[in-house]
Amino acid sequence: MLTLEALTVRAGDFALSADLSLDAPGRVAVIGPSGAGKSTLLDAVAGFRTPASGRVLWNGLDITGLPPGKRPVATLFQDNNLFPHLSLDENLALAIRPRGGRLDKSEAQRRDAALSRVGLGGFGQRRPGEVSGGQQSRAALARVILQNRPVMLLDEPFAALGPALKAEMLSEVRRVADEMGALALIVTHDPGDARRFAERTVVVAEGRAAPARPTEELFADPPPALRDYLGT
Amino acid sequence: MAQRPLALIAGALVCALTLVPVGAVLWRADGLSAFGPGAWQALRFTLWQAMLSAALSVLLAIPVARALARRRFRGRSLLVTLLGAPFILPVIVAVLGLVSVFGASGLVNRGLDVLGVPGMTIYGAHGVILAHVFFNLPLATRMILQGWLAIPGERFRLAASLGLSSREMFRVIEWPMLVRIGPQAAAVIFVICLSSFAVALTLGGGPRATTVELAIYQALRFDFDLGRAAMLACLQLALALAAGLVALRLSGRAGQGAGLDRVVPRWDAARGPARALDAFAIGLAALFLLTPLALVALNGAPGLPDLGWPVWRAALHSIAVALLSTALCLIWALPLATRRGEVVGLLGIAVSPLVLGTGLFILVRPYVNPVALALPATALVNALVALPFALRILRPEAEAVRTDYGRLAAALGLSPRLWLTRILLPRLRRPLGFAAGLTAALSMGDLGVIALFADPERATLPLQVYRLMGSYRMEAAQGAALLLLALSLALFWLFDRGGRVADA
Repeated sequence: MLTLEALTVRAGDFALSADLSLDAPGRVAVIGPSGAGKSTLLDAVAGFRTPASGRVLWNGLDITGLPPGKRPVATLFQDNNLFPHLSLDENLALAIRPRGGRLDKSEAQRRDAALSRVGLGGFGQRRPGEVSGGQQSRAALARVILQNRPVMLLDEPFAALGPALKAEMLSEVRRVADEMGALALIVTHDPGDARRFAERTVVVAEGRAAPARPTEELFADPPPALRDYLGT
Repeated sequence: MAQRPLALIAGALVCALTLVPVGAVLWRADGLSAFGPGAWQALRFTLWQAMLSAALSVLLAIPVARALARRRFRGRSLLVTLLGAPFILPVIVAVLGLVSVFGASGLVNRGLDVLGVPGMTIYGAHGVILAHVFFNLPLATRMILQGWLAIPGERFRLAASLGLSSREMFRVIEWPMLVRIGPQAAAVIFVICLSSFAVALTLGGGPRATTVELAIYQALRFDFDLGRAAMLACLQLALALAAGLVALRLSGRAGQGAGLDRVVPRWDAARGPARALDAFAIGLAALFLLTPLALVALNGAPGLPDLGWPVWRAALHSIAVALLSTALCLIWALPLATRRGEVVGLLGIAVSPLVLGTGLFILVRPYVNPVALALPATALVNALVALPFALRILRPEAEAVRTDYGRLAAALGLSPRLWLTRILLPRLRRPLGFAAGLTAALSMGDLGVIALFADPERATLPLQVYRLMGSYRMEAAQGAALLLLALSLALFWLFDRGGRVADA
C-alpha cells in the first residue's frame, strides 16, 4: 500500500497537498486540469521532488528520504525513456545493473525475455532511433518490467502516439501491471484513458489531490472540480 | 549524480590558480617600483594600437561582410569557414607570413622596388597594427555578417516593394544594425589587442611599439626586475578588467557562428557597380588573409627536410604541452559545465597569461628554478586560458544531457561512474572533440608564458620559430612555421574528427 501522509509539495509558489492511500496491486488514474499538480504528485512519489512536509510510505515503510533509484518505483516518462546512443540491449542492461558490469547468463535471458514479452524479440541490437515510436514505447515498457518494482508511475507516457497505438500500449501496460501485481499510477488529461485503464481515479485540482474513488462511480457523479474540468 | 563536490573542487582550483598568482603579483608590486615614463609609454602605446586595430578591423570588415551577406558564389562557405580559422592559427605563423608579404624582401617591397618607389618596413607600430588587423578582420567580418543575416528578410522585401534606392535602404535598414554591432565588435577586438604579446614581441619592441604585456616580459627577461614586472602586471590587470567589463556590457551575444550560410535576398544590388564593389571587397580580403598563409606553405616546404633536432625537439615539447593542457582543460571543464561554472571559468580570460606567468614565476622562484617548470607552467596557463572557450562550447550541451536524461538515470539509480562513462561522455562526444581541438590548437600555437620561462633546452615550437626568426635564419624559421601550422591544424582536425565519428 502506498500512503501519502499529510503531504505538501511546493514548486515555486505553487503547493500541492495530498493525504491518501492506494492499495497494491491496482491501477489508478491521476486526472485533472493542466498545471493542477499531477506531475508534481508523481515527482514526490518517484523522489524527484522533496516534500515540504508529510511522508511517503510504502507498506508502512517511510521512503520520503530515499533517492529515486532506491525507491520501489519505476517510472515511464513522457519522453527520454531510453538513452539514444545505446542499443535497446544496452539500455535494458542498465536497468538490470545500474552500477555497471556485464550481464551474466540468467540476466541476459531475463533481458531477452522482457524484449520478447513486449513483442520486440530480435530488436536488441537496434538503437531507439532505429525503431518506430510505438516500438520505443514498448522498449521503455520492457525497461520497467526489468526494473521489477512494485510501483509503476506513468507520466502521460504515450502522448506522442496516435490514438490506436496509445490504446494498444495502455492495454499492454495494463497486462504487464496485472502480471507483476504492481500498483500502476498513470497521469492523464484524457478521461477516456482513465476509464479504459484505471479501476480507481485520483482527481488533482485546486492544489489538492483527492483520495481515490472507483473510476466509473466518479465519472457517473463527478465532483465540482472534475465537472469544471470535463466541461459537463 | 554526486557531481557537486567535483564542481566545487574544480571551481576552487581555477580560482586559486588565477587569483593566487595575481595576489603574488600584487604583493610584490607593493611600492617596489614607481610608475616610470617607460610604463606610461607602454600604456599609451597599448591603448593607441588597440584602438586603431579595432577601428581599422571593423571599418574594413563592413564592405566584406556586406558582400558576403548579399552574394552567393562558389567557395563562399569555405571563405566563411576560413574566417573562423585565425582563432586556431599560431600567431608566429601569421607573423612570418605577413613578413613574407610586407617585410623587407617581401612581395610588396619587391613590387615597389620594380616601380622605383621607396620600400616599407613591417617592424614597428604599423606592423603590430597590420598583424592585429590580419587576426581580427575575420572576427569583425563574422560578427557583422551575423548582424546582416539577422535582419529579417521581410524588411528588405518591404524596402524593395517601396522602391528604395540602395542609399536609402542602407540608411533605413543597414545603418542602424551597423551602429549596434560595430561598437560591439570594436570593443571585443580592443580587449583582445590590449593583451597582445606575441605580435608585439615579434613585430614591435623598442620604446615606441611596446605593449604592457611585452614590457612585463622585458622587465623579467632582460632586466630581472621583479618589482617593475609586478607593477606592470598590475597595470595590465587593471586594463584588462576595465576593458573586459566594458566589452561585456557592450557585447550581447554576438559572434556565435550559427546560420552564416544564408544569403540576404537583395533586389537593389544586381547592377554592375555594386557587383564590382563586392567582388573587389571579397577579393582583396581573401588576398590579404590567404597570401601570407600560402607563402608560409610555399617558403616553408623546401626547408622541411632539414629542420634539425632543436626544431623537432621543440615540436615534441609543443605536442606534449598541447596534449597536457587539453587534458587539464577538459577535466576542468566537465564538472564546471554549468551556468555558475562558466562564470568561474571566465577568470581565465580576465587575467592575462603574462600576468599569470609572472605570478607563477614569483611564487615558485624561492623553491625551484622557474626554468625547470617552463613546460608544465605553459600547459597550465594554456588550459586556464582555453577554459572559457571550452565551457562556452560544452555548457549548453552538458545541460541539455542533464535535463533530458538526468531523471532517467536517477530513476534507474545509475552509479556516478556509469553516468559519466556511459551517458555523459558519449552524449558530449561532438562538443568535447571540438573543444579539445580548439584547446590543443590554441596551446600548440601559444607564444606567451613559455617566452618568460624557457631556456634553449625547453623551447616550444612557436618559441623556436621566434628564435630562428630573431637570428635571421628565415628559411629555417619558415620550415618550422609550416611544421607548426601543420601540427596545429592536425591536432584540431584529429580531435574534432574524433568527436564526429559516428557515435560508438
